Amino acid sequence: MTEATTVCALADLIPDRGAAALLPSGEQVAVFRTGSGELFALSNIDPFSRAAVLSRGIVGDLRGVPVVASPMHKQHFALRTGECVEDPAVSVPVYPVRVESGRVVVEAR
Amino acid sequence: MAQRLVVVGNGMVGHRLVSAVRERDGAGRWQVEVFGEEARPAYDRVALTSYVDTWDEARLRLADHDSEVTVRLGDPVVAIDRNARTVTSRSGLVRGYDALALATGSYPFVPPIPGHDLPGCHVYRTIDDLDRIREAAGRLRVGRRAALVVGGGLLGLEAAKALRDMGLSPHVVELAPWLMPLQVDEGGGALLRRLVTSLDVTVHAGTGTQAVEQDGERLIAKLGNGTELDVDLVVFAAGVRPRDSLAVEAGLARGERGGVAVDATCRTSDPAVWAVGECACVEGRVYGLVAPGYAMAEVVADRLLGGSATFAEADTSTKLKLLGVDVASFGDAHARAEGALEVVVNDAVAGSYKKLVLSDDAATLLGGVLVGDASAYAALRPLVGRPVPGDPVGLLSGAVSAGALPADAQVCSCHAVTRAAVDGAIAQGCADVPALKACTKAGTGCGSCVPMLRQLLTEAGVEQSTALCEHFTQSRVELFEIVRSTGVATFSELVTRYGTGRGCDICKPAVASMLASLGGGHVLDGERAALQDTNDHFLANIQRNGTYSVVPRIPGGEITPEKLMVIAEVARDYNLYTKITGGQRIDLFGATVEALPAIWRRLVDAGFESGHAYGKALRTVKSCVGSTWCRYGVQDSVRMAIELELRYRGLRSPHKLKAGVSGCARECAEARSKDFGVIATEHGWNLYVGGNGGFTPRHAQLLVSDVDSETLVRLIDRFLMFYVRTADRLQRTAAWLEAMEGGLDHLREVVVEDSLGICADLEAAMARHVASYADEWRGVLEDQEKLARFTSFVNAPGTPDPTVSFREERGQRVPVLLGVPEVVGR
Repeated sequence: MTEATTVCALADLIPDRGAAALLPSGEQVAVFRTGSGELFALSNIDPFSRAAVLSRGIVGDLRGVPVVASPMHKQHFALRTGECVEDPAVSVPVYPVRVESGRVVVEAR
Repeated sequence: MAQRLVVVGNGMVGHRLVSAVRERDGAGRWQVEVFGEEARPAYDRVALTSYVDTWDEARLRLADHDSEVTVRLGDPVVAIDRNARTVTSRSGLVRGYDALALATGSYPFVPPIPGHDLPGCHVYRTIDDLDRIREAAGRLRVGRRAALVVGGGLLGLEAAKALRDMGLSPHVVELAPWLMPLQVDEGGGALLRRLVTSLDVTVHAGTGTQAVEQDGERLIAKLGNGTELDVDLVVFAAGVRPRDSLAVEAGLARGERGGVAVDATCRTSDPAVWAVGECACVEGRVYGLVAPGYAMAEVVADRLLGGSATFAEADTSTKLKLLGVDVASFGDAHARAEGALEVVVNDAVAGSYKKLVLSDDAATLLGGVLVGDASAYAALRPLVGRPVPGDPVGLLSGAVSAGALPADAQVCSCHAVTRAAVDGAIAQGCADVPALKACTKAGTGCGSCVPMLRQLLTEAGVEQSTALCEHFTQSRVELFEIVRSTGVATFSELVTRYGTGRGCDICKPAVASMLASLGGGHVLDGERAALQDTNDHFLANIQRNGTYSVVPRIPGGEITPEKLMVIAEVARDYNLYTKITGGQRIDLFGATVEALPAIWRRLVDAGFESGHAYGKALRTVKSCVGSTWCRYGVQDSVRMAIELELRYRGLRSPHKLKAGVSGCARECAEARSKDFGVIATEHGWNLYVGGNGGFTPRHAQLLVSDVDSETLVRLIDRFLMFYVRTADRLQRTAAWLEAMEGGLDHLREVVVEDSLGICADLEAAMARHVASYADEWRGVLEDQEKLARFTSFVNAPGTPDPTVSFREERGQRVPVLLGVPEVVGR
């Protein structure tokens, strides 16, 4: 059974903006709530710069696919798969995320 | 063994000849040596007038030749020995040649009137001439400063513009009854006179200059019509004469009215000697334009490499902007053909004069004249000698489309590029104007065919997208107008009504910037918070380890010791790496997101406010210490810099804006490397615009001179608002100005002369900005909801990011790099 962490209230997330959360394992997760109401969670570490910044990127879509742009050098990562749009060989880990009674819950991978 | 080519003359045509030989001579058949009289590398003499804008000769410089070419500057050839096949230079070098090319150009004609050689009399031909005129103008004392230009042709009007840009009032004297008699007819000349007169140029036509006399430190010019002009300077621009004396002394044949006589292959009476450009007389005719000179250079290069090119009678069509007035003349402009018919549209209200010359049966286009509006030139010139496509009056209104051009018509006359060549390049994948320029050279000469290239691309079905991104088909400028006129106040409404999808990291910050430029409110209010790039979102600058730097505003770089101590204490207490910036302020590095509010609480309490170092906004107005302290200063540059910085602080724009104010011409504030730079003069301020440092450094260009403080601020208001409204996303002012049709002259018309009638609106928009300014950091500190966003982790707000660590270097804290990246950033 995987460990689940309640990170915040759904209302704490600004639509189309991310927030960083710290898991008990020490991993950092970027949690996103899109304007259409979907929730996503990716590793917060930008694989290009190694800085923990993906939660601070701009959320949007490219050809209909929801993405976050790294605030460091603007590579895009698909929110569903973690895959880098500019370089499919690169991806960031994704985490299962759900809402329970108005709280956002992230599962460890 | 390579043969030796000696080129005499390093002007534009000599330079072109060498380039053309090098382009063709892959096998290395010719070893090339160039002797130039001027001590500086070859430069664009056609653009000489623009030298006054920057006094930066590097901007006129032509591309260097490859290292195989030997160029001897400041060492002209003084003798030719045709028997020995050698030349001797002024420094005494003797060089043998197998082929000798004369490209000695021409010299300015100075009419032999009494006083023509007095001090204060100049000619207008070289950079040195302009430097001398500038030096003389700079020595002039206060008062009405006037200059006389002898000659009202192309060169004379160029000289008048240069003098006007130096702050003198030019008088132009032209012997013919109207200006530019070679290019335009009487009707066009009349309009031209009216237009340039309105630009502070006094025209005396139909009369000559009979004498120049010294009167103390001034000059009195006596005109044939009895007028006496009291001036400071006289500039002779009454035409040029071919420099053929070297050739004549060597016994080469001379044209009847001067020039080295050559045949259609540009060969002189000696088969080993060629002549090109303005010194050559090709089959009885001397050309004073660069395009025929280039054509001759190409002919000689071709012949030297075994080709059989010949020089056909050159197209002497011209299109230029003189003193901001468009003038074009093409084909049989003076209707000299037997029975030629003229169709004239003379619109005194719009200030345009357009004439077409047709054959006696009205079937063939022979030529034309355009003054005031020459936009139809690019389409009309290639049609000369061809059937008139449609109604002549319609053609004059610009209704002719690129589609009407036959395949063999020349689109670019500077480089002899036909429509077929352009279409071919498009078919091979050139998808925009820069690609066409690189591939065909079309549009890289005078540039007048660029609109035609754009049309041909459209004609070929190549879409030239100005779309902001995949979510908006509109350009930034169009979106700005939509937001301004509809009052749409949110991104979601804008993308729903005018775009598609949900937006991205390109359109969201761009729209956030527009909303901020257009009207008040905090940049992090409501939905706008989610649009901002991380720097604007946290009102700080992200650094490589994910921490931020903090820059408080220090207007004009002036700061009290007490405030300096506050910055020092904050930096010490939060352990921030501290560095002085190039914009005369202090950058504090290494602040984590959750530390930013406490840092700013201390700074705001001490009277600091946001410096907008994170925004596409006004950054700083740098200043020198000015007349308060400096023994050279002529105005209070610090006071002006502070006034400007406080006026424009917080203004969101398409890109960052930097400014500078210098208290005298020594320019210690480096104002000319700024988007807008102000330099004090004895009488007020000079305003320069469109400069920047960075990847492609640009010197700012002079917009107006000697204005008072109130006028200065008004003009900067207009300039900035016009830029905010019409520039592309992330386009600095230099690139914006470069892309603007009509360039600096057009900008001056819009923001100084109010040609579009929008200046009151621009000023009102700036007044709203000034009135609605509020410090963004104070706004955050006073709003709990905004403050709550400054947390490291949503589930552990007090815990700092564990991946951030520091080490010490030179007594300060710097980031520990985050290990070897898994992938290399690109």
